[in-house]
Amino acid sequence: MMDAMNMSTDTNPDSYVTDDGRTIGGVVMDLKNITLRFGGVVAIKDISFDIREGEIRAIIGPNGAGKSSMLNVISGFYKPQEGEVWFRGKKRPPMRPYQVAQQGLARTFQNIALFDGMSVLDNIMTGRLNYMKTNMLQQAIWWGKAEKEELENREKVEKVIDFLEIQHIRKTPVGRLPYGLKKRVELARALAAEPSLLLLDEPMAGMNVEEKEDMSRFILDVNDEFGTTIALIEHDMGVVMDLSDRVVVMDYGKKIGDGTPDEVRNNQDVIDAYLGVAHD
Amino acid sequence: MPEQLLFAMEVTLNGLMAGVLYALVALGFVLIFKASGIFNFAQGMLVVFAAMTLVGVQQGQVPFAHLINTIFGTKVHDFGWTVPTFLAIIVAGAAMVFVAWIIEKYILHHLVGQPDIILFMATIGMWYFMHGFAPLMWGSEVMKLDVGLAQGLNDPVLNATEALFGYGFFLDNLDIVAAVIAAILVASLVLFSQYTKQGRAMRAVADDHQAALSVGISLRFIWVLVWSLAGVVALVAGIMWGSKSGVQISLAEVALKALPVLMLGGCTSIPGAIIGGLIIGVGEQLFEFAIGPLVGGATQAWFAYVLALIFLIFRPQGLFGEKIIERV
Ligand SMILES: Nc1ncnc2c1ncn2[C@@H]1O[C@H](COP(=O)(O)OP(=O)(O)OP(=O)(O)O)[C@@H](O)[C@H]1O
Ligand SMILES: [Mg+2]
Repeated sequence: MMDAMNMSTDTNPDSYVTDDGRTIGGVVMDLKNITLRFGGVVAIKDISFDIREGEIRAIIGPNGAGKSSMLNVISGFYKPQEGEVWFRGKKRPPMRPYQVAQQGLARTFQNIALFDGMSVLDNIMTGRLNYMKTNMLQQAIWWGKAEKEELENREKVEKVIDFLEIQHIRKTPVGRLPYGLKKRVELARALAAEPSLLLLDEPMAGMNVEEKEDMSRFILDVNDEFGTTIALIEHDMGVVMDLSDRVVVMDYGKKIGDGTPDEVRNNQDVIDAYLGVAHD
Repeated sequence: MPEQLLFAMEVTLNGLMAGVLYALVALGFVLIFKASGIFNFAQGMLVVFAAMTLVGVQQGQVPFAHLINTIFGTKVHDFGWTVPTFLAIIVAGAAMVFVAWIIEKYILHHLVGQPDIILFMATIGMWYFMHGFAPLMWGSEVMKLDVGLAQGLNDPVLNATEALFGYGFFLDNLDIVAAVIAAILVASLVLFSQYTKQGRAMRAVADDHQAALSVGISLRFIWVLVWSLAGVVALVAGIMWGSKSGVQISLAEVALKALPVLMLGGCTSIPGAIIGGLIIGVGEQLFEFAIGPLVGGATQAWFAYVLALIFLIFRPQGLFGEKIIERV
């Protein structure tokens, strides 16, 4: 998966270099005319947008706009009734979430989904499951090989733990952690999978200012140091404007804006949606 | 030592041995319940089916012989060979894995996302289906199961206690072997779930389905895996129980004793299943020994259920079960 990520798109005519010197490559994820319904409710109405290699892409919008639904479509948790998902230049066949994860997508959830009964370390180790190749029989017969593999994966996990500064809670059962730290552990588990595309659903919701600053820094560092492409949903406008390269704005399941933070900020539809101007 | 106390000790030991069998059946329940939230009513039937398959394979019986004979007017009964015990156990184990796969593919898979009660009803359906299917496949006579486990009284225990207390304890060799094998089985299950990749994935699924999916775990694979493990545990329980009292369909009802065990131990706890099994095993023997004569005996038929009921009132989540907290 890392190979695919480093398959640098320098030669891509679309690629460009940002003001802060990061290279943004071609399109990795292309969503075409996605429509998603729940019975009578249309959560997503004919939305198209793309995510480019190496960028931080924000999805914003009022409550119930369909942002989480969009993320769930990308990660395979929801199956859209219409539309196509193109990943790395190929149309993605209908896939189960675990298969999408195996393609190098990792995610966090709006309502934190951690393994409460396990320690922080064990939680993050689950992010490495797809890198463990020895099967049950081999593990039973050739303990040494399994142990070596376990150690290698442990090392990667320790790096993530250092990176996110959570050494002090390594052995703590996750259920006992405060909210802000849980969010960080969830990010750690996603990072342990060394994803090429990272999806974050409101990573800073419910955090205090200091925790938000930490989280923003981690997101920027992940993107910068590992070149990870990130799509995130966030309500805090300040954070969105600071972090993201491009922003998609949703309202009532429709896309009402798409562009750089500045473009979106000055878009009249977006301003209306946020000021609660009546919909016709 | 007073004679009554010695009697009570002997009864306790025997109760422990019976409890091991209850615990084994309960363990199968817990495995499935933890990983999928399904209360598998049919676990007892899996025990019977596993045991029947083992005997059938071992004795070279033709499966569905009665059916074949009725349709084709033939008179087949067995292949005329016997299969070595070790091989027969492996074949029966493989059959249980196959059953797990079938159950996932043709039943559970279609019920994903349905309320728990629907899944529970489905397992009751499985119980009745297998109640008819197992005899159809292997016949309805009582089958004798012999895998060469030690039988009879254990002399060392008898002699040692005789020398020590002047009163020899009667313990069945078979019970002792059963306890040892059960202990090995539980230890390997714990090792498996703590130290292997699939074990870790299994614990992850037991904890949170969504999170498990997001790290690339296939729920379907894990469900086949836990039903297979439950099937193998059922096979072991079936071997123990069958060696003791022969294999027949009514064994499945004895396995219902696992229900009070679960109430006692909690549906989600492996140690709970074991301790719960032992408590019920010992409790019902001691109760029968002490109180039985006063109330006309046969207390084993109801003691476990009453104990579990009393327990439920004071600790609904069981001894080791997770505390039930309503989410708001
Ligand atoms: N699993 C589901 N079943 C039924 N309806 C759903 C489901 N998921 C989302 N919806 C509906 O789809 C619409 C969009 O919801 P979604 O969670 O995507 O919004 P959101 O933009 O993430 O909102 P928020 O900012 O509150 O998280 C809502 O009307 C919601 O009720
Ligand atoms: Mg949301």
